[in-house]
Formats: sequence, structure tokens, C-alpha cells
Amino acid sequence: MSSEVRFTDFKSDKQPTWCPGCGDFGTMNGMMKALANTGNDPDNTFVVAGIGCSGKIGTYMHSYALHGVHGRALPVGTGVKLANPDLEVMVAGGDGDGYSIGAGHFIHAVRRNVDMTYVVMDNRIYGLTKGQASPTSREDFETSTTPEGPKQPPVNPLALALSAGGSFIAQSFSTDAQRHTEIVQKAIEHDGFGFVNVFSPCVTFNDVDTYDYFRDSIVDLDDEDHDPTDRDAAKEKILDADKEYQGILYQNEESVPYSELHGLDSNMADIPDGAPEGAMDLVREFY
Amino acid sequence: MPDDLNWAIGGEAGDGIDSTGKIFAQALSRAGRHVFTSKDFASRIRGGYTAYKIRSSTDRVESVVDRLDILVALTERTIDENLDELHDDSVIIYDGERTEMEDIEIPGEMTGLSVPLQRLAEEAGGAIMQNIVALGAACEVTNFPIENLDSALEKKFGSKGESIVSNNKEAARKGQEFVAEEFDHEFDYDLDTTDNDYVLLNGDQAIGMGAIAAGCRFYAGYPITPATDVMEYLTGRIEQFGGEVVQAEDELSAINMALGAARAGARSMTATSGPGIDLMTETFGLVATSETPLVIADVMRSGPSTGMPTKQEQGDLNMTLYGGHGEIPRFVLAPTNVAECFQKTVEAFNLAEKYQTPVFLLADLSMAVTEQTFEPETFDMDAVEIDRGKIVDDDEVEAWTDERDRFQPHFSTADGVSPRALPGTKNAAHMSTGLEHNSLGRRTEDTDVRIEQVDKRNRKVETAKEQEDWSPREFGDSDSDNLVISWGSNEGAMREALEFLDEEDIDVRFLSVPYIFPRPDLSDDIEAADEVIVVECNESGQFADVLEHDALTRVKRVNKYNGVRFKADELAEDIKEQLQSEEVTA
Repeated sequence: MSSEVRFTDFKSDKQPTWCPGCGDFGTMNGMMKALANTGNDPDNTFVVAGIGCSGKIGTYMHSYALHGVHGRALPVGTGVKLANPDLEVMVAGGDGDGYSIGAGHFIHAVRRNVDMTYVVMDNRIYGLTKGQASPTSREDFETSTTPEGPKQPPVNPLALALSAGGSFIAQSFSTDAQRHTEIVQKAIEHDGFGFVNVFSPCVTFNDVDTYDYFRDSIVDLDDEDHDPTDRDAAKEKILDADKEYQGILYQNEESVPYSELHGLDSNMADIPDGAPEGAMDLVREFY
Repeated sequence: MPDDLNWAIGGEAGDGIDSTGKIFAQALSRAGRHVFTSKDFASRIRGGYTAYKIRSSTDRVESVVDRLDILVALTERTIDENLDELHDDSVIIYDGERTEMEDIEIPGEMTGLSVPLQRLAEEAGGAIMQNIVALGAACEVTNFPIENLDSALEKKFGSKGESIVSNNKEAARKGQEFVAEEFDHEFDYDLDTTDNDYVLLNGDQAIGMGAIAAGCRFYAGYPITPATDVMEYLTGRIEQFGGEVVQAEDELSAINMALGAARAGARSMTATSGPGIDLMTETFGLVATSETPLVIADVMRSGPSTGMPTKQEQGDLNMTLYGGHGEIPRFVLAPTNVAECFQKTVEAFNLAEKYQTPVFLLADLSMAVTEQTFEPETFDMDAVEIDRGKIVDDDEVEAWTDERDRFQPHFSTADGVSPRALPGTKNAAHMSTGLEHNSLGRRTEDTDVRIEQVDKRNRKVETAKEQEDWSPREFGDSDSDNLVISWGSNEGAMREALEFLDEEDIDVRFLSVPYIFPRPDLSDDIEAADEVIVVECNESGQFADVLEHDALTRVKRVNKYNGVRFKADELAEDIKEQLQSEEVTA
């Protein structure tokens, strides 16, 4: 790690193919800044992504990275972090990736509390497949596959995380660069699974959950005197369907991450040249 | 009577059949006798017929046969279930004082020994020990020194305290004495002991042991019969070597966690059975195209769908050979016996890292749950070699960067194997993806690069075909015109079938193949033989199909798919029948 790392060191020389104005630009910039601000560099950082617009992030960032299959980014990140605790692991996903196909992995990743950061670029629509409803789409949101709206309530990812025992639950808005960066930074610094749902508007397919909508409706928790260590207060805010909050909704400061709980502190890549010392004991056990 | 003894205990699931059988197997092993065990079990926790069978001899035993000499029957059904294997000299031990057993009929000329198992167990300290009373009775019938049973009881119950151990020893003695005093009968069985020290373990345990020996430090899996023993073996042991077992939320997660750990540089594996392999298939292509070393064990059971979870089959060959969309370079290894589960697992990790590919380990239920004795040196830890392939360190990175100093993890080399930089290596940060990509790992749809990368990945397989030994193992008469080929766990039964065939002056050359892909080229062997028979535990003859494809000819087949492994004597009959048959049916 080096104190001279700048956030641009995390930028690859590949120009993003996201639509001009896409919220993902801001989301990614904040992630890179947060990584640099927390003293990481590309050689010790591993970024995992799944499929969709969010999945492209591994190409646009410069770090060790894996672009995996749809919805399975969290298990990959879990494996990376447990195998090498020295790595800073950041998992990026979209609302489809994380709350639909990967919903099962999401709640289990939350309860496993591996020390990594999960950033979800939530635009409340499927963008890369050209505009179908996502799990966070509004009940009446008309799309090509839901001409009269999904007619089912949207998933509340924060509530899922809280009920699964989440130790760090936050929400940010991609265009509010400073606040978003600060929130992701705190997620990185958190000892455990740092979850940030980011409002990352889709300018092409979502004409409801737009920049203007979020700008007008977002309430910053810092202005609300919210105590993030108070789980009941967090619950109240998270279940308030009428408001869009920005900030850290809940943080368990006593959180003990998986690796610490399981005594994992060494890099599993380091193995002996032959069978490990004491391996014959494994045989003797069967006498 | 021959020294070869076939013993079984049967009853309802929940009766402690498994642990009782295991104790007797251990006692025989400790007495320097070879042991080969098999299980009949149902997919339920309590109730339903279940049995633990032991074949034991002072010579090596590699299979089961269609004969049962001594049966401890805890239920009447146990006798019915085994009627075909019982014979006139068989001895049946049962508790005639139990109401449901008091009127049972001992079939034919067989000897029935009514031993009050429960009453004697209570006298020794508790009804729970009734199976141990039966073991004591079995010791008397077979003239087997009961001290060996004591030693197995000490191993089993030692951690539970001295009184538990001594009560069990007492229970065994009561069974022994009852038979000695109450029955004025000369038994035909007289078990020899030797001074040999054997270890006794099953295929799943051998896979787990091989994994630790090979430096595997990360295992993610989801419980499934009959692969769970791999995870249970590793749990609590891999941690002693700095590793971790994660019970994932499903198989999709398991293989992706294992993939993540492998990308971080750990030797990593997952194990499952057919239904789990189906779920994991999604990720096979990602493992292959991201060129991640990963070992995936498939401990096969009867399919399709949930099939028969507790029964034997070798039905997943095609699944591991072809599973996944698109075309995926991979290796498929099939250990042929319990000891090979250890050796092939070690080999699988080396192949995975040398060639940066998924490696499938095809085991099966009959091998996974079979406990077998071995000389401890069979698991030679000093012989374990670790080859991590082309891992580059900080100083070597520069040799693999492009004109703009970017590391090329998918550089197209002559042998197809690219440099591998583990995360943390300086100046080698790179991405990898399941999308088609260029040498940097970045997405491309460039037609030339596509072809270059596909060819590069496939070249690894060509390199491996040249550099590694994919030979089959040969048994029987090498000059015979009758050629039998099998893969995986049929080897033991077939080797013993050779002896039965030999007694009838039928000579056979037997090739046992532990590699499905790449596999040995058997075209010349097939061409040279008059009769070619492929033996496998599935209905369609999946291996026979690939051999026919390789050799461009038809072969005869012996297939078994009733859920029970091949028995040596029965297999000999099947082979004989096929040799006499005119027709090649496929």
C-alpha cells in the first residue's frame, strides 16, 4: 500500500461504454476515490462484478478483477477475501444482479459478514437488455415486459440486509460525489460486510427514477440526526416507503468479520512444495 | 470354508447399523485382515431397511461378491432382503426374545442363532449396546480373537470415557459367551489374523486427504449425498493447515466461492453429486475462459433428477465431459479405487494449476462409501509433488507486459498456457472474464482474437496430452483376444471377475481407464482384439460411446443400472455371456 496512490491509478485506459450521463460513472468514480482515500492500490485490490451495465466496471477500473456470471459476484468475492485477507475486495452489482438472480447470495453474504464492500448500482430497471422491470422497479412502472407495471411491490434491499443481520447498511446517490465517496469509504473501513445501495439513474430507460426525482426527494440522514448504531431507528427509516434516504442507515460497531471469527489471517496461496508437515497424521488417523 | 468372509448387519436406519458395521470392520482391520465394505441404505434418517456389509480376507479384497456368510438381522426384513446372497452354511444372528422376531423362520439349512441381544446388553449396562453383543457373538462364530474388537471399541468410544469402553467390552463378552455356552455347534468359520497394520478409509475421505496433501486450502460445498463426506472430512482438518471449509447457500455459490479463492491463488475445490453438478454447470465456462485452476469432484449417484440418491451409478460421464454451453477445455479424471481417490485428487490439483483449467474428478457412490484397507504407505505423503505451473512473481511480470506495460494474463503462448499473476503481485493488476477477451482479459468480438483465444485454450489440452501420462492400467492376460475395458470404480470387481473367468479357462485382457478426458487412445487395442466389451454402471454405455467414436468401431457392452455396484462373480457371468454372444448391441 502506498500513500501516494491517487484515484486515477484505479482508472483503466479503457473508455466506458455506458450511455452518456449514466449514473454508473459517478458510482465508479466514488468507488475509486474511496479506495485511494483508504490507502489501497490496484495491486492489493480485487474487484468482482456480475452481468449487466454494472458488470462492466472491472474493465474500466484498474485492479485485479473478475467479471463473472450473472448474480454470483458475492460468492466470488467471498472466496477471494477468505483466501487472501490482505486483499481489499470490492463487489459491484446491479439491482437485477443483486436482488433478483443473486438475491439468495445477497442475504447469505450479509449474514456471513465477510470483510468486503458491496456496491449496488441501483437504477430500478434492466438497462443492458433494454428496459425491462427490475426487482426495485415501482409497482406501476410500465416497461416492455410489464406494460401495466410489475403489479408487485419492489424489493427493499436495505430491509433485506437489516433482517439478515447486516452490520453496515448504507445508501448513496451517485451524482452527489462527495457524499457517495464518503459513504463507500466508510463501508470499506467497516470491519465486516459493507453494503451500499447506490441510486445510479439510467438516463436511457428509466424516466421515473431520474436525477431530478432523486435530487428532489433525497433526505440526508446527517440532516436528520440519525444515529446509525441504533437498530430500531434504522428499522424505522428503512421501512419508511415514502422517503429516499442517503447516508449510513445502520452500522454495528461491534461487528466481527468472518475471517476474524474463523481465525483466518494468512494468505492461502502460500503452500508448501510438497505435502504439508504432519500430513502422515492424516493417514494414521485411519488405523 | 475359505478364509474369505462376508458379514453383514442389517436393520432399520437409526438402529446404529453404520457405526456397528464400522466397529467390526475396524476390528478386522486391526487384526491384520483386509476389509472391503459396502452399504445398502435408504434416503431417510430413520426407518427403512439399511445394511452394512463387510467382505474380509487375509488377501486383498477389491470388490463385493454375491454371498453372505454371517448376518446379524435386527429385523425380519433383513433376512428377506438378503435371501439371494445367503446360503446353506450361512449363520443368522438375531434376538429371538424380541416380540417381532420370536416367530421368524430361518430359511433352508441355514443356522439361526437366537441371542438375547437386548437382555444381555442391559445386563452389561444398557440396551443401546445390543449391536455390540451381536458383534461379540459374531466373534465366537468366526473364532475371531475378541481383543481386536476391544481395540476397535477403545478407538470408537475412548473419548467418551473409560466406563463406556468397559461396558461395551463387557457387552461383547456376553454375546461371545452366550454363543459359546448355549450352542453346541461347530461353526465353519475360522478367521486368521496377521501382524499387518492397515488403515481403513473410504473414497470421500481419501479425496479430502488428497486435497489437504496437495495444498488445497479452500473448500466450498453444499451438502449432498454421497459427496458430503468430503466436506465433513475436511471440516476441522483443513483449518489445521490454514484452510477453510465454507458451507455455501447452494451449489452455484459453492463453485463461485471456490473460483474466487482460486483466483486469489489458493488451491481450491468443491465437491458435489449429479444434481449439484447441474447447478454448477453455469460456472464451468467461466472457470475455463477465465483460466482459473479449479478442482470439481462429482461423486456420482443414480440420476436423472433426484434419481436414487443412495444408489450407485456412473451416469454423469457425459455431463462432466460435455456439460456447459459452448465448448470448454477441461480435464476429467476418474479414480478407479479408494486409494486412487487420494492420488487422482493430488494429480487433479497439479493439472488444474499447470494448465489453468477446470479439472473434474469423477468418483461414485460405491467408491465414496466403501471403506477399504490399505497399507499406510499407499498414501505416501513424501511422494506428493506440487506443481503450481506458470505463476509469475514481481520480477517476472515485465516479461509478460505489452508495449504499454500492461500485464497479459491471457497471452497466447506456444503451449497455450499463459503466465499467471496472483493478486498482490506488483504491476500485474488485470481482469478476467467469461466474455471472450484479448490477451489483457478485456472483452473483444474481434474475429481474429476470438479464434486466437479459443485455439490458445484448446492448445493447453494438446500440450497436456503430450506431456502427461494418460495410460490405462492393464490386468489379466495381455495376449488375450478378449478385451474388457472399464472406467472408474469397476476396476476391483473386474479384477476379481478375471479370477472367476480364469477358473473356467476364459482368458481376458482388462484395461482399466482412470482418464475420461484426455483419455488413452485405445484404437489399436480395440482393433487387435476379437471381442471388446466395455463395462460401466449406466444404461446407455457413455464410455462405450466415446470409445466407439475414437476407434470408429462397435463394441459390446455390459451395463448395470439397478443402483447396485458390480459384484465380481456376477460380472464374470455377464462377461462370459457377452463373449458367447454373436451380437453387438448398442
